[in-house]
Amino acid sequence: MASNSKPVYDSASYRVSAISELKELGKYRYLLGQLIRRDILTRYKRSVLGVAWTMLNPLGTMLILTFVFSNFFKSAVLHYPVYILSGLLVWNFFSQGTNAAISGLVWGGSLLKRIYIPSSVFGVSAIGTALVNLVLSLVPLVIVMLVDGASFYVSMVFLPVSILLLTAFTLGFGLFISSLAVFFPDVAEMYQVLLTAWMYLTPIIYPESLIAAKWMPFYQINPMYWMVKMFRLPIFEGRLPYWHEFLPALAWAVGMLLIGWIYFTSKTEEYAYRV
Amino acid sequence: MSEASSETNQIPFSQPIIQLENVSVSYRLPSERIGTFKEYAIRKLQRKIKITKFWALTDISLQINRGEVFGLIGNNGAGKSTMLKVISKVLKPTKGRVVVYGKIAPLLELGAGFHPELSGRENVFLNGALLGYSRSEMESVFDEIVEFSELEQFINAPVRTYSSGMFARLGFAVATAHVPEILILDEILSVGDEAFQRKCNHRMKNFQQAGTTVLMVSHALDMLEGMCNRIAWIDHGKIQGVGEPQEVIEAYRGENL
Repeated sequence: MASNSKPVYDSASYRVSAISELKELGKYRYLLGQLIRRDILTRYKRSVLGVAWTMLNPLGTMLILTFVFSNFFKSAVLHYPVYILSGLLVWNFFSQGTNAAISGLVWGGSLLKRIYIPSSVFGVSAIGTALVNLVLSLVPLVIVMLVDGASFYVSMVFLPVSILLLTAFTLGFGLFISSLAVFFPDVAEMYQVLLTAWMYLTPIIYPESLIAAKWMPFYQINPMYWMVKMFRLPIFEGRLPYWHEFLPALAWAVGMLLIGWIYFTSKTEEYAYRV
Repeated sequence: MSEASSETNQIPFSQPIIQLENVSVSYRLPSERIGTFKEYAIRKLQRKIKITKFWALTDISLQINRGEVFGLIGNNGAGKSTMLKVISKVLKPTKGRVVVYGKIAPLLELGAGFHPELSGRENVFLNGALLGYSRSEMESVFDEIVEFSELEQFINAPVRTYSSGMFARLGFAVATAHVPEILILDEILSVGDEAFQRKCNHRMKNFQQAGTTVLMVSHALDMLEGMCNRIAWIDHGKIQGVGEPQEVIEAYRGENL
């Protein structure tokens, strides 16, 4: 009778916190891997070229943008195709990752209503999938650099750090926006418009040198400005970022991750009621 | 506790595994859901955010004992599924307390979580992961799942090519691959052909012998009567009766004819 002293689940003491959700995610790491695997396998399952599209997609966009804009910006930027492609990779990662986090939570919602799963697993796997795609699309970047005759600098060993910062920021933002989208379905639609505006406010297709000095402080409020910079400096200028460039990026990455994670987990108990 | 043992003279099941103490659950009514920021802001300013609550469960106290097969009956919308959700940690009760002394294996609604483009094999692992199992746990039972679901020839085909019966068989086979401490079944045994249903019932009997506690919701009253040790009848979120399957079902039928 007294053998079952410790309950597996007690609703009176059960409370989702930022820490407890992290532990649950650790327990469900196999599910995390399975979801990433599923998303990568199924996205191009019926296409002939399959996963190669991950690489062909940004390449195609890069070619179009180069064709359209090279007359405007060519004089301002050396190796314009490499410039565009490197910016696009960062941007695609961010926009695809956050969008997938939104749709993942909405899709996962139908499961969250039926069985217990730590809800953060959908957002984290969405960013994980985007990360795999980003790494794969480094291949066309290298190819374009070779074709365009750009130099390879030793400073490129810094890129994993750039990707880490970008991933942390994207995960935090993705968790935050997907949580909002659960409570306000319009957010998902609004976000598409916001993303377009955001992309043009970030120096991705145009060179930074075209920004007038008086507007620069405004550009630098934009966290994606710093994320793109972390990625491009080692490729283009062949140097590591200075501290005054690195610290804003680090602060945004860590800050957004914390805010996103804490906000997301504070709402977790409500998702099954709402999604 | 006294409730369970007072039913009959013998006390076959006396160790509590699921306890509900004055559990209530309220949902917001869908019409009150606020979809846009604008709407939200306006209503907030006007202080018009009224939350109309709908009580899906009110003041439920119930104890289910280790090794029992426990049935839940009631009309649609009575609160049966909500009760399963509260027990399986999906919903936190609005009021009251739920204590569970065992690991729960919920049975997903058939095919929920299956991806149509992935093969049966890939879906077995994906589904197992959704149920909280690890890779090695799934690998150790994979062959048995394929055998039980009778899908040897189709396991590498995408599940979009499966019939609904094949879907159901695979879903059941995955969810019951491991002997669980607590198994939750929400209106599931009524699918598949007769031969497969017999197989399911056989597996359930085995679980029972192995000491699994089963909690099932169904409208198939005759089946419940044959399988359950006790049944609870829920209506409008309240328990109308708990006890001997025959008695409770009779009372339920009397009310609903």
